[in-house]
Amino acid sequence: MMANEDTIAAISTAMAPSGIGIIRISGPSALEIADRVFINPKGKKLAEQKAYTVHYGHVVEEGECLDEVLAVVMRAPHSYTGEDTVELDCHGGVLATKKVLEAVLRNGARTAEPGEFSKRAFLNGRMDLSQAEAVMKVISAKNEYALKSSVRQLSGSVSEKIRTIRKNLLHETARIEAALDDPEHMSLEGYESQFRSVISDQRDQIDRLLKHADSGILMQEGLKTVIIGKPNAGKSSLLNLLSGEDKAIVTDIAGTTRDILEEQINIRGVTLRILDTAGIRNSDDIIEQIGVKKAVEQVQDADLILCVFDSSVPLDENDRKILNLIRGKKAIILLNKSDLDSVVSENEIRELTESPVITFSTRNKAGLDLLESTIEKMFFHGQLQFNDEVCITSIRHKQALEEADRQLGYVLKSVDDGMPEDFWSIDLMGACDALGKITGESAGEDLVNEIFSSFCMGK
Amino acid sequence: MQVVEENYDVVVVGAGHAGCEAALACARLGLETIVFTVSVDSIAMMPCNPNVGGTSKGHLVRELDALGGEMGKNIDRTFIQSKMLNKSKGPAVHSLRAQADKSEYSRSMRKVLESQDHLTIRQAEVAELMVEDHVCRGVKTFSGAIYHSKAVVLCTGVYLNARCLYGDTVNYTGPNGLQSATHLTDSLKKNGIEMFRFKTGTPARIDRRSIDFSKMEEQKGDTPVIPFSFSTNPEDVQIDQVSCWLTHTNEETHKIIRDNIDRSPLYSGKIHATGPRYCPSIEDKVVKFADKKSHQVFIEPEGRYTQEMYIDGMSSSMPEDVQFAMYRTVPGLEHARIVRNAYAIEYDCINPIQLKATLGFKKIKGLYSGGQFNGSSGYEEAAAQGLIAGINAAMEILGKEPLVLDRSEAYIGVLIDDLVTKPTLEPYRMMTSRAEYRLLLRQDNADLRLRKYGYRVGLVDENTWKKTQEKEKQIQDEIERTEHTFVKGNEETKAFLTSFHSADVKGSCTIADLIRRPELSYECLSVLDPERPDLPVSVGEQVNIQLKYEGYIKRQMAQVAQFKKKEARKIPDDIDYTKVNSLRTEAVQKLEKYRPANIGQASRISGVSPADISVLLVYLSTVEQKNREDLL
Repeated sequence: MMANEDTIAAISTAMAPSGIGIIRISGPSALEIADRVFINPKGKKLAEQKAYTVHYGHVVEEGECLDEVLAVVMRAPHSYTGEDTVELDCHGGVLATKKVLEAVLRNGARTAEPGEFSKRAFLNGRMDLSQAEAVMKVISAKNEYALKSSVRQLSGSVSEKIRTIRKNLLHETARIEAALDDPEHMSLEGYESQFRSVISDQRDQIDRLLKHADSGILMQEGLKTVIIGKPNAGKSSLLNLLSGEDKAIVTDIAGTTRDILEEQINIRGVTLRILDTAGIRNSDDIIEQIGVKKAVEQVQDADLILCVFDSSVPLDENDRKILNLIRGKKAIILLNKSDLDSVVSENEIRELTESPVITFSTRNKAGLDLLESTIEKMFFHGQLQFNDEVCITSIRHKQALEEADRQLGYVLKSVDDGMPEDFWSIDLMGACDALGKITGESAGEDLVNEIFSSFCMGK
Repeated sequence: MQVVEENYDVVVVGAGHAGCEAALACARLGLETIVFTVSVDSIAMMPCNPNVGGTSKGHLVRELDALGGEMGKNIDRTFIQSKMLNKSKGPAVHSLRAQADKSEYSRSMRKVLESQDHLTIRQAEVAELMVEDHVCRGVKTFSGAIYHSKAVVLCTGVYLNARCLYGDTVNYTGPNGLQSATHLTDSLKKNGIEMFRFKTGTPARIDRRSIDFSKMEEQKGDTPVIPFSFSTNPEDVQIDQVSCWLTHTNEETHKIIRDNIDRSPLYSGKIHATGPRYCPSIEDKVVKFADKKSHQVFIEPEGRYTQEMYIDGMSSSMPEDVQFAMYRTVPGLEHARIVRNAYAIEYDCINPIQLKATLGFKKIKGLYSGGQFNGSSGYEEAAAQGLIAGINAAMEILGKEPLVLDRSEAYIGVLIDDLVTKPTLEPYRMMTSRAEYRLLLRQDNADLRLRKYGYRVGLVDENTWKKTQEKEKQIQDEIERTEHTFVKGNEETKAFLTSFHSADVKGSCTIADLIRRPELSYECLSVLDPERPDLPVSVGEQVNIQLKYEGYIKRQMAQVAQFKKKEARKIPDDIDYTKVNSLRTEAVQKLEKYRPANIGQASRISGVSPADISVLLVYLSTVEQKNREDLL
């Protein structure tokens, strides 16, 4: 059996603001790590508490109170994983739960890999053989999802930035390594000042990414929200109204939104990632058909669907298709164009669906308040939920950036201390590895390739 | 038909740098060993560069020496110039490199082989492998002679179906016109062994008397010389050294190459095999780095008693007339007379993922291999593998635990692990950047790292082992002492520190604290350390390094601890990956192909994700539980 010496942590409930967000910490240092962030009013230390006891307190980091929590203490081998475990039940909503997790990670735990709690439970003999197959399935399924969300979450420009930083670091590493391997052909004389400026630049860029990490620019967090509806029902106008930007092409010609546009907005504290899809109708236009297919796919894994109907024309076959598509899903129906003569009533729609229906006008903003309060209510009553993997992935990315930042700090310190160049590249490799965790690239062969492609080596 | 039929414990095929080490290791362990070569005159021949060592390769030689190999001792006996490379860098990348007297090197190694008990040298071409039921039982030569054995070690170098090329000229020979081996490849393929075809090349040799050295820069050796072998007395290597010379190519050289590039077999398509990127031919350098107006050329003697000079940096497969023209553009070579042409050589080797980390074949018991046959390049890489293959062939016969060094223990471990777990797309060369724990794998501490393994397998004697243990203790004691010896801040101390541009001591501090300052060292601090015991220089060196780089070393040791855990988790030989349901198809295919011996190896295979490793761990645990339940 493999002894786990490190301690892992993750959010172990789906991320819903209404319920309690539970942070699970498992491993030999679980209690010790929890004690670093958990403050009990009577000064109780979790490490001194009995198993199966619950303690009230606050999670505090650097003097800042992050949340009010209940801490549950479990001890090896009597826990889910068979290891010492602390569960922190957070009450302050999604953002607070995330902050608590980050504090725990900064204080010595590492982010759990997908399915790792189950894996540990099994390896520590907490499950019997019959459950092995299920555990393996969980691991691979969760991993699959993490991979997908990892790519999806990282917006194109950010991912490109990280790749470029990594590439620049790799290039400098290769320069040093080439010179170390072939000292008679390559000299590093006078390289220090150039090196220092390149590394500082890359570090500044990482710092900038980190600064924006919490404001959601780095990772695309939020409820995946899909706007659907027939062509020209007003989907793009709705998006523009919500985001306050003229991003989607809005015209009166039906079917002008060909591709999926994406926008991140905040409505009363709830972050939505809004996708505007091509209008759903039976189109002869091939390009538009592809768009329609995408829209149908997007609806499948959406957290929230905003359905836009044109109330100025009678309901038709396409509208009924849309209503079928959203059956059983979290959706809000907007009866748009209330500023025009209405031929479809709220009641007519209500008979066909269980989703809330709002009379709306993208032109004079009628119903906007109601839409916002409906979203808020659904979210805070727990009807809308994040997928926790998405949140974890974004934390993993942030950690990787922090790790790269730390490694570059070591590099610059080595330079300051007058250490020889071979010491610089050791931590540079560490930084490349950390960034590689985000972009899915591994350093080993990349470095050798970079050495040979950029520097003329060998005799 | 009457044929010769003999019995041996071990058959070694090839007497190059790998074969010599393999044969010596087996014979020294008391096994009756026979080593085959196509020419007894070419034992331990150096058909390419006249050097032993160099960056990271110097590490390999030191490690091999610590384990009880011969290369380090042999180069100490026969070198004509020596240098420690990268002296201005950290201790981890200091590398010894010696210029060898090629014929002396070969002669001296031949003498060692000829003086070795239990070792028979035989000139013959091995044509066939005798394999029954996946067990190797011996070999058959081209003349039909049969040699039964308990193990076979293949070290065929670049001789299998070799052909040498320059321009349109093709010679179906091994290096230097030696006979190639044209039968063994077929026999290997018949036994299901997957073969690759690689190429490498060598520059021309030019007559010293035709070179104008006044146009070149002299390159002298170091004094004092540091020996390769931990067993060599440093006094014995303080010899008169010869010089090498530095010159450069120029635009004219490059123009001749560009104008004739279509006549190079590399570019005309005559050569299909894969060449190494790290020792590109001059035509490769000119084409791939077109913006470089000049490349360095080192002129190195091939020996003390020959006029031949090796033109380092200008290997080529250009036609003869182009070779003359291009070499003569180089300052100092205007009147060069070529003794031997530059050429490229193509040869058969194996896909090394068919090997275990012991260098034994996964699918054929009793069959081992080392050197260029395994897809590597370089004398030192070859020797290191030859030694390990020889040791493990012997261990198998003797029923002892095999010797597998991991990536945290030795460059040899990195070399072999890379060969057996990563796709080899070109001849593999050792590089310091391949060793992730290189701060720990220094050339200065190879004895401290590896003597114990040499002793365990029986190649290092009791006395040598005791000396290593003693050295280890002296180092620890001295570190302890410096940590508890205090220096007071007074006028004398201040004067001393000022002379080294070092800050004054306030109150007092330990000798160890002062050693940690970049501008000071263990050696120079003897002035402030009157109680210092009289210790060998090599002990002081270790104390200095271990204290000075303590922080970095500790960080790498922590990483090694993590690494070791995965290496320790073994995967059973008979695992059927297709039965592990939740593994992704790509992972199943890769794992089936490489058949890793442990979780660490598995995690290094590209295409196997961390999630696949988790799934595999759960699966292994279920198999073990089932096995335990079956026993009850």
